[in-house]
Amino acid sequence: MKKLWAIVSKDVVTELRTKELFTSMLTFTLLVIVIFSFAFGFSVEIINLAAPAMLWIAFTFAGILGLSRSFALEKEGGAILGILLTPTDRSLIYFGKLISNTIFVFIVGVIMIPMFILFFNFSFAQSLLPLMPIIFLGSLGFVAVGTLFSAIALNTKLREVLLPILTFPIVIPLIVSAVKLSSTILKGESIFSAPSALKLLIAFDIIFITVCAVAFEYVVEE
Amino acid sequence: MLAAMYMAFIYAPTETKMGHIQRIFYFHIGSVWVATIGFIIVFVSSIMHLWKSSRKWDTLAYCSAELGVLFLTITIITGSIWAKPIWGTWWTWDPQLTTTFILWILYIVYLILHSSAGNDAKKSKYAAIFAIIAFIDLPLVYMSVRVMRGISPVVFGPGGGGIAPEMMNALLVSMLAFSLLFLLLLIERLDLMRMSDKLEKLKLSER
Repeated sequence: MKKLWAIVSKDVVTELRTKELFTSMLTFTLLVIVIFSFAFGFSVEIINLAAPAMLWIAFTFAGILGLSRSFALEKEGGAILGILLTPTDRSLIYFGKLISNTIFVFIVGVIMIPMFILFFNFSFAQSLLPLMPIIFLGSLGFVAVGTLFSAIALNTKLREVLLPILTFPIVIPLIVSAVKLSSTILKGESIFSAPSALKLLIAFDIIFITVCAVAFEYVVEE
Repeated sequence: MLAAMYMAFIYAPTETKMGHIQRIFYFHIGSVWVATIGFIIVFVSSIMHLWKSSRKWDTLAYCSAELGVLFLTITIITGSIWAKPIWGTWWTWDPQLTTTFILWILYIVYLILHSSAGNDAKKSKYAAIFAIIAFIDLPLVYMSVRVMRGISPVVFGPGGGGIAPEMMNALLVSMLAFSLLFLLLLIERLDLMRMSDKLEKLKLSER
């Protein structure tokens, strides 16, 4: 538990010092919102239909941006070797990275939602809080897959280019169910009125955290 | 293969509603059947590769992924040729089609990853991991597409109920023919990989 905490706090402290991830992810999200609102025109009906999809597209792209840095930083400083040399279980490293990345992506999501509600004129009271658990579950599953793949992509010839190509087709079920749930909430209904999407989202998280934790040991073995 | 052609074009009776276009099914189902086998081989041999970490399983996975993608492409193309006159469109986003499409993309990504990781024994495991994750992902993709679109009716089920016995025979022959073709191509491809491995080794020993 202590070792896990060490990795998480190291990542968080680095981020707090540099702030490079947050700034780039948030700026990127803002840009996506602006581009989308121009692309769709400003008609209310289209925005209502497209907003959940926009939310998640912005979210995934920003997430990929963050994840691609996750192991690149370690590699540049040669820190990955140091981490691997410590006598810990390899899956602990994965969970550490998973937690710190989830924190980053989740916070970006949390900042993103008020912006969306503000810009596209949804109701704060109805949608702000119910969207949080979905953002959390979404970031958890997304990061679970993305962390593993960013470790993989870094060691290939194509490097960061490969990360979105690997991640996007795998997270399709996650995105689809998250979009479905968000659109139910933005319509003003409860999260439980789309039970199959909710179940799917949770199942995705559980399955891929387990599978990726096991697979991670094969990725980093030297 | 020739026998399958004969069975498909001459032996099997013409379907009453759809006419001659229905004959494309013998190839459609034949190739999708083989593609499925190919992807199952990829899955199993990827697991074996992670477990035993031998080059043999890796090449087997890679070659059958290549063939799987090839046959799935044939499936999609023949499917759209059939769908144009029958459904009136080349493509619809129904759960089965969407899942097939994503399956196709997933294995193309697998091939990209495999070639990008290079021949390094350690790095070849990346592709194996991806193959396993992709395989687990597929049922989830199918479910998610159903969630999105609601329950759409299964437009075509290859149920034996409504199919004439001659058609069934033709179908079985074509499935067999495709399986043989797949096996042949797989063996050839494995041979080729083995030879190029040998060549690599010879080049290295010359230096």
